[in-house]
Amino acid sequence: MRPREKEARPQVLLVEDSPGDIRLTREAFREANEAVYLHVATDGVDAMAFLKRDGTHVHSPRPDLILLDLNLPKMDGRQVLAHIKADEGLKMIPTVILTTSDAEADITYSYNLQANCYLNKPVQLEAFESLVKSINDFWLVKATLPQKKPAT
Amino acid sequence: VNPLKEGGAPIEVLLVEDSPGDVRLTKEAFREANGSIRMHVAADGVEAMAFLRREGGHADAPRPDLILLDLNLPKMDGREVLAHIKEDDNLKTIPTVILTTSEAEADILKSYQLQANCYLTKPVQLEAFEMVVKSINDFWLTRVKLPQQAADEKEGETV
Repeated sequence: MRPREKEARPQVLLVEDSPGDIRLTREAFREANEAVYLHVATDGVDAMAFLKRDGTHVHSPRPDLILLDLNLPKMDGRQVLAHIKADEGLKMIPTVILTTSDAEADITYSYNLQANCYLNKPVQLEAFESLVKSINDFWLVKATLPQKKPAT
Repeated sequence: VNPLKEGGAPIEVLLVEDSPGDVRLTKEAFREANGSIRMHVAADGVEAMAFLRREGGHADAPRPDLILLDLNLPKMDGREVLAHIKEDDNLKTIPTVILTTSEAEADILKSYQLQANCYLTKPVQLEAFEMVVKSINDFWLTRVKLPQQAADEKEGETV
């Protein structure tokens, strides 16, 4: 792979606490699009620190896409979503819910808070890989995303 | 392949688009991609809001599962329609996809700020346009978990 400027690569923030799921997501993205730079936050507090560049995250890039699990330690994904969508600086970052929950209450709640879309994490490995590929194909290839830096 | 909703109901899509040519192409491309979509068309922003609110001649309009919204429309433009949808507690959960020829950064940013669910640029070439429609179908109508029918309809059933 030719070296690319780090900033030009699609920056994806995965908010996920399961080490197994993190690894699978990383591998599936590597397969689907090797340019993707995957950042990981393992709980909701860490995710918000990354997005707000607090603490050790002062140099973190602004993600082009957020993949957010709902069940997370410290601050759960519903709260993270509410914080993102209440923040004028963050709300335009597409936030995709990626969770094993298919509870109607979670789906409705997420769309109410203006999650950009809701995806069920399949248990089977092949289906999971295919889902990551479809996230890449739709969000990072077809969709037009907002520029990194809002016009000032 | 999961073309039908639970219970076998068709997927209701509202296309808000004023160009008859684009309406026809979108209908044909969806027909190709997924046989169980019922496509409704509103040719301007005022009609789109009337459809969504079941006003005027739209008293029997179904609640769409997905809205495809052009930005440049007569009477009320797509930016205003988007703002109205996302300010309405009953309508805001309906995924609203911007489908427009505009590549202006201001339009992209404004749409995401107003909480459009995503922004797609309409390609001029026919084949590329068909691919975009196919990807909308493959992602939004196949992969994505859409919210169930509106609370208001459920209320109607239980009362």
